[in-house]
Order: sequence, then C-alpha cells, then structure tokens
Amino acid sequence: MIILLLFGISETFSQQCEANLKGEIIDFHDGTPLVGATVILLKDGTPSKSVITDLEGKFSIKNICIGTYEIEVSHPECKSKIVPVEIEGNTFKKVRLEHHLEKLGEVVVTGDNGRQVAETVNSQSLKAAELVQFSDATLGDALREISGVSSLNTGSTIVKPIIQGLNSSRILIITNNVRLQDQEWGIEHAPNVDLNTADRLTVVKGSGALQYGGDAIGGIVLAKPRRLANHDTIFGKTILSASSNGRGGSITSSLDKGFDNGLGVRVQGTYKKFGDFRAPDYFLTNTGTEQKSFSVNLGINKFQYGAELFYSYFDTAIGILRAADFGNITDLVRAINSPVPAFTDDFSYTINPPRQEVSHHLLKASAFVRLERFGKISLQYAFQFNDRQEFDNRRGEDDGIPIVDLELTTHNLDLVVETHPTKDLEVTAGVSAIYQENFADPLTGVRRVIPDYEKYGIGVFGGLAFNFNESLLLDLGARVDYTNIDAEKFYRTSFFESRGYDVDFADIVVQDFGTQLLTNPQFDYTNLSATVGLNYKIKEDLELLFNYGLASRPPNPSELFSEGLNQSSAAFELGDLRIDTEISNKLSFSFQGRALDKRLNFNLTPYANFISDFIVLEPTGVLATSRGTFQVFEYLQNDATLYGVDVDATYDLNEQFSFKTSFSYLRGQDTERDQPIINIPQTNWFNTLSYKNEKWKNLQLSLKSEAFFRQNRFPDNNFIAQVVENNEFVDVLVDVSTPPPGYHLLHFDSSVQFKFGGTDMELGFSVENIFNTNYRQYLNRFRLFADDLGRNFTLRLKFNY
Amino acid sequence: MKTIKLLSLSMLVLFIASCSSDDDGGPQIVNEEEVITTLTLTLSPQAGGADIVFTSRDLDADGPNPPTVTVADLAPNTTYTGVVQVLNETENPAEDITEEVEEEDDEHQFFYQVIGNAAVTTAYTDQDGDGNPVGIQITLTTGDASTGNLVVTLRHQLDKNAAGVSDGDITNAGGDTDVEVTFPVTIQ
Repeated sequence: MIILLLFGISETFSQQCEANLKGEIIDFHDGTPLVGATVILLKDGTPSKSVITDLEGKFSIKNICIGTYEIEVSHPECKSKIVPVEIEGNTFKKVRLEHHLEKLGEVVVTGDNGRQVAETVNSQSLKAAELVQFSDATLGDALREISGVSSLNTGSTIVKPIIQGLNSSRILIITNNVRLQDQEWGIEHAPNVDLNTADRLTVVKGSGALQYGGDAIGGIVLAKPRRLANHDTIFGKTILSASSNGRGGSITSSLDKGFDNGLGVRVQGTYKKFGDFRAPDYFLTNTGTEQKSFSVNLGINKFQYGAELFYSYFDTAIGILRAADFGNITDLVRAINSPVPAFTDDFSYTINPPRQEVSHHLLKASAFVRLERFGKISLQYAFQFNDRQEFDNRRGEDDGIPIVDLELTTHNLDLVVETHPTKDLEVTAGVSAIYQENFADPLTGVRRVIPDYEKYGIGVFGGLAFNFNESLLLDLGARVDYTNIDAEKFYRTSFFESRGYDVDFADIVVQDFGTQLLTNPQFDYTNLSATVGLNYKIKEDLELLFNYGLASRPPNPSELFSEGLNQSSAAFELGDLRIDTEISNKLSFSFQGRALDKRLNFNLTPYANFISDFIVLEPTGVLATSRGTFQVFEYLQNDATLYGVDVDATYDLNEQFSFKTSFSYLRGQDTERDQPIINIPQTNWFNTLSYKNEKWKNLQLSLKSEAFFRQNRFPDNNFIAQVVENNEFVDVLVDVSTPPPGYHLLHFDSSVQFKFGGTDMELGFSVENIFNTNYRQYLNRFRLFADDLGRNFTLRLKFNY
Repeated sequence: MKTIKLLSLSMLVLFIASCSSDDDGGPQIVNEEEVITTLTLTLSPQAGGADIVFTSRDLDADGPNPPTVTVADLAPNTTYTGVVQVLNETENPAEDITEEVEEEDDEHQFFYQVIGNAAVTTAYTDQDGDGNPVGIQITLTTGDASTGNLVVTLRHQLDKNAAGVSDGDITNAGGDTDVEVTFPVTIQ
C-alpha cells in the first residue's frame, strides 16, 4: 500500500536559486487534501526547508536552487514518505499519501524501520490516545480491544494475548523491534512488557512478518515506541491512574529531549501497585500485583544514517489466587464444588505465596545506513535476560526459596537490507541469528520443570512487494530457519522407561544416578516459512486483501521437556521428546472499505488456518502418588483446522455520535480425532456508542457493551475421581471441561481535555462492569474456582508538557 | 560510516564471544527436598505384643509408579498406640519430614478416615501450641472382625478451628493435601 504516485509537471525556468516548488498532498483513498502535513526538503539527506500544508493540502517552498532533492512528507495519520524531486525550474508535485482507515484503527505498520509486515495481512492498531486508558493494565488487556484478539487468563493479573485462537509460542511479541524472549511457553507466563513504552500496538493476524521469525502461527504483536526527537525540543508525558477495584493504580512518565544534531534521548518509567481484586461478592485473596519498569532510549536519526541504544527493565510480582493453590484431586474437587472460594480474606496489599516474581532486562543496539541508489542496511544486536521465580507455600525454612527459578539469556543479531530496484519494487532481505541459554537453578530443591539448555538458530529471509499499478500490490516472502537445541536433563528412571525412551533415546543417557538419569537430548530443526499476498483496490472505497502464510514452529522447551507439577491445577505437565515441528497454512481475506457517504467504515476478515501436527496440552489420565492422585496433562500432536471471521464497522451518525461494532467467531476442530479443540475463544460481540464534542473541551463519552456467548464446542476432558463421602469411597465426575454460561458486561468511559497553566491535560473517568455482574470467563484458568472481576471505577489524569 | 562499521564489527565480536559458553561439566542433580515418599503408621498394642506397621512407599515420588502399600492384620477389640512418620526417601539418608511437621504443628494435621465397614475408631493424643490436635500420635481402637479401608491424610495450612476439625473430621478443614494414602484394613 505504499503506493505513492507522483504527477510531476515542471516548467523550465532559468534562474539558479529562484525556483519554487509547489505541491499538493492528498489522501490516496479519496483524494481529499491532507491538512497539516509536514513537507521537508532534503538536500543530500539534510533537511533544508520545511513547510506545512494549508487547509487545501497545498504547500509552497520558495527560492530553491536547481538540483536533485528529496521531499519527506509526513502526516500524523499517515506513513511518512520520501519522494525524489528534480528541480529544474518552478515545479509542481502532487503526492498521494496512504491515509489510514482511522475509524477502524486499520493501520499497516511501516514507518522508519521499513516494511516489516506484509501489507496484505490484516493488521489493526491501537494508538497512544487509545492506550491511555490501559496505562494501569496489561498488554493482554489492551489488545482485547482489537477484534479477533482475546486472552488466556490465569486470574485477572496474568493475561496472555490470543490471536485468532492461538497463543503463547505461536505469537511473536516484538517490542521496539526486538522479539521478546521471556519464557512465553507457559500458560501462566504473561508477556513482560510495560504497555506504557508503546506509542502504538499493532496486531498482525498472520505470519507475514518473516523478518521477526517464521513461527508466528497465531500472529504478531508489535509494540512500537514513538520515534525519538531529532531536533531541538523537550517534552514529556505523565499519566496517573487510580482504580477502586484492587485499590491501586499506576504512575507512568516519559521525558524526551532532542537536539538539532539529530540526537534524541528518552527516559521512561512506570510504577504500578494493586492489592487484592474483588469479584462482585468476595475478595479474590492474594491477587495483588506490583510492577516496576524503566527504560532509556538514546539515538541519532539522520536521513542517511542512524543509531540507537535502548535499555529496558521490567520487574513484576504477581499474587496467585489463594483458592487456586491446592494439592491433589481431592482438593481440586473441593475447590470446584465450593460456591465461594475456600480462602477469601479481607483486603490486603500483601502478595503471599503462591506468587511469581519475574524480571526482564532488554538491551538493544542498532544502526542503519542509507546508501545512495541502493537502499537501507540495518544491523541490530539485542540482549535479553529473563529471570522467573515462582514461590509456593513450603514447609519449614524453604518458604523464601522459590520452587521454580529459571534464567533465560538470549542474544539476537539481525541484519536487514531494504532496497528499491525500481520505483514499483521493494525488496527486503536479511539474516538473523539467535543464541539462547536457559539455566534452571538447582537451589530450589525441586526437580527442574524446564531443564538447562542451549539453543542456536539462524534464519535467512527475503521478501518483495511489487506494485503492478495504482490498485494492485503483490507481496512475496520466504524464510528458512535452522534451530538446534542442546539440553541437559535429568529424567526419573521410572519415567524414562515408562515413556519407552530407554528404547528410542537410549543414546542420550550420559550418566546413571540410580533413580535419575542425566541425559543430553539434542534436536535440529530446519523450517521453511513463506507468505504470498495481494492487495487489490477494487474501487475507490473498497479494498481486498488476500494472504497465504506458511509458518513452521519447532517445539518449545516446555513441549519437549516439561516434567512437573503445574501450580494451581492439580496436574502434572509432561513434555514429549517425540514432538516435532507444527506447520500452519493460513488463508486470510480482508475486505475493507467505506460506504454511505463515507460515514460507514467496515472491515470483514474471514480466515482459515490448517495446522498439521498442532501441539496441544491435554489430560491423558491420572497419576497416583503419596500425595494422592493428580491429573496428567501431556503434549500431543494432531492435525487441526481453525476458521473464523472478524468483523468491524463504525458508523458516524452525525458530527457528535458514532457507533462501533465488532464481532468475532472462531471454530477450532481437531480433524484427526474429529473433536473440538480445547480453549478456543467464545464468540463475542462488542458494541460501542460514542459521543464527542470538540467545543466542550473535547468531551468524549462512550458506553460499551460486551457480549460473550457460551462456548458450546469443547472436548470432554471430564474424569471420574474417587473421593470419600460419608465414610465411603464414591466416584464423582470432575467437570473441568464444561464452559461457563455466556454473559454481558457494560462499561463506561469519558474524558475531557483542557489546559492548566500551559500544560495540556486530559481527565478521564471510567466504570467497568457497571452492573457488578457475576461472571466466569471460559478462557480464565481460575474460572473453576472463583468469579471474575466486579465493578471498577478508574480516574486518570494525563499531562503533556 | 567508519563508526558504524566499527560498531557493527564490535557487536559481531560480542555476539560470537557470548555464544561460546563456558562448559561447567553438566548440571547438578536435584533430589526433591520436600516430597514425601513414605508414610509409616506404627501401631503398638497397649496390652503388649508385636507392633503392626502400615507403610505406603512411592520411591519414584511424582514418577509413573504408584505407591506400594504394605499392611498387616489388626486384632479385634484391641487398642493400639499409633505413631505416624513421614519420610523423604529420595534423599540418602532419608529425611524425616515428621520433624518439620512437628516444628510447624499449628499448620499441619493428620486425619484418619475409616471407609466401609472396618470397625476402627481413632483419637488424637497430641496437641499443638494452641491446644489443637496434630495427629502424629493417636490411639486406634478396633471392634469386631471386619474389613474396610483407612485413609490417612496430612493437610497443610488448614483451618484447625473449623467445625469438627479438632475431632478429626476433615470435611471443613480446607488447606492443601501433603499426603493422602489408603490402607486396606482387615480385623481378624
């Protein structure tokens, strides 16, 4: 969609430095003039003159010397574009900028880092203005605003995004151009990202960002910070937020300083603290959270070159619902059958065990050069260190020692080359290398859930985008990845044998310790991924996107090696050395356009994802121990198909009122066993009525209705357990499968903007779950034990200075 | 340009250097510190005679093998003094976890549930600092010849003040289960 066509008309004019450049910047979609677009005249990459377009989208730059120039055109709602211009005399230039379908948040990410995402995949964004109301929430909470995105929760504080039905290792999370490596494999491992570092969050509903990896079977989340300032300026932003539920809030601040030599600095930090949250009828004991994060960004941005140094630190402590912490199946049955959780206490800020403490460090150094008549070359190195500790109620002096302590260190090196051989062809290619090391601290005194391992990988990718004409774009890409995992794992001898590993994997045994065996499993994977897409502008107001994506994902360490008790589910989670790569073939279409005098904007996205050897964690039986019996979950591979549709539409009733609707339906089927796939998001339908009045301090009011239908398609994983009742053993059916009923929630949000002593301020007030409705969410693992969150009032104040 | 070249080169060197990891001679073995593999209930007839020992032992702990249970017949109409012991036999020498339970006796309690027709009653004979039972020491009294099961449960972080708990009724105890073993009982 970077179709940008120029109609240059030049007149000959003899004087040397008296030429005038006039022009017009218009919206590619409808030809309307773009007011307030910045036009910068660049001579050899250095800005020489800058103007802003007038009410008719026109601009004029006077007294230009004859020569070759470039103009950089930017507009807040558009992608910036650099266009070559030959000044031989008075010149007129008309530039069509790709103006986003604003109302839908329908945005394709390109910007200064070039084409990262295939422009034929449906992607949707949340911008800074929308992110403000999530400053005290998690990444997963914010992303739910986008149709087709739901979340897999462990309580209310551990929120993992699901894109079109898929989560965890099937979603790449990219923060500031770095792929997050934060032990994302676990269901109860939430992304370690401070939402407040992002200026824009984009969800790509497909695998079309091969630059970041070929394994995005579910999709990609891009959290992109604002560009650093590159001229003399200083500005900052602070958001304060206070909420009634959890009796906490957050403060986040950022300060930017720019210099005329192109240097820019940003420091940013967030502190967040909540106590126990509350369901409508009781406190959810031990669900408090605390988060501290901090980042510094230093960079120089010129047209011809640039470099950036970025460091971020993220630290969080999350309480796990006390009522979900128990021992064996007897305890599970008690917890499920208890209408009110067995442990509900008065409000407290204390985060007792069970809890998680996770810290994440990210250091990035990157640089680019733009070479004349060639393109752009970028190099990036990133270092990440993720330390995850899980605490539980232990006997004796062990109480302060974690039961899980995993340290994951990752180094990434990426080289990307972007070039434009012709004006209609854009080629991107690159190499990326990864080295990763996991260290599981033996001092926990608990056998490692994930073993020590080393992982090497190298990927080579290439892609091109070709504009056939103004209305047809073709997108092609391919990537090959080689991955090697070298682990050192202790197996229980009895487990090793019961799995038949002593036959199939006898050669991996390094040393026999009697009841345990030290093994050295090593695996190699070579994976291919590819994308083909078309972007066809059927007519002025209607566009069709088609994309086919092939994505391959080698198993993650959890799927291969996991062996241990999962907190809060009375279940053992067992990996399998025989698990192999899963491969997805995804077809997606997207119809987007406008109608009814451009007052209606719509976006219809049907898709089908055919996954061979889809890896799922499923209950396979029970295990008897001295602690009683436990459910056993194993990773299995079966072919699966997911298909669904996401629909978005907005309608402007008049200047003040607008209506927005979004609907998502998804069906997941295990085609080998002919049964539904577990944990597929239920159908949902959101409707929002908004009022805005620019004359009254930009007043915005909105009422949002969220309807979640019951998930009627689920695999039956119920099982029979023997429990004691009235001094007899009785068999009871443990219902861990049946989804909860559907529910409806109503939310209110409002804001006003005003100036206070020269500072731009925004005051917001919102109410979530207005009617304090009791509900349980199918994709919340704690739905068996407690209700979800009750009513919440939030007051927030944003300052720009 | 030069600085960028240097920068990229130095990053490459850094990357390669960091990749060559130090081989530390393999990971250290972890023997589960907290796991209870073995529960032994020793019953001594108060009138004298040989001890009767019930044992549940699961040496692979959370591994696939189920616990092995050994029991002996109880005599009818007899009162036994019972002492329970829990061990972690994955460690060598075995760790006596009963000691830890005694140290945190206010947070722990053993329960003895009689299942089926076994004519068995139990009573607590020990107390924690608050005067609540712990259940490490009990008396077990048999009636006429019969068969059934005895379920021995150790709960951690339970509510000892809930109704019936101090009398040995587990129904309202709550907490987490640390041990749950079933012994078949034959009185003859």
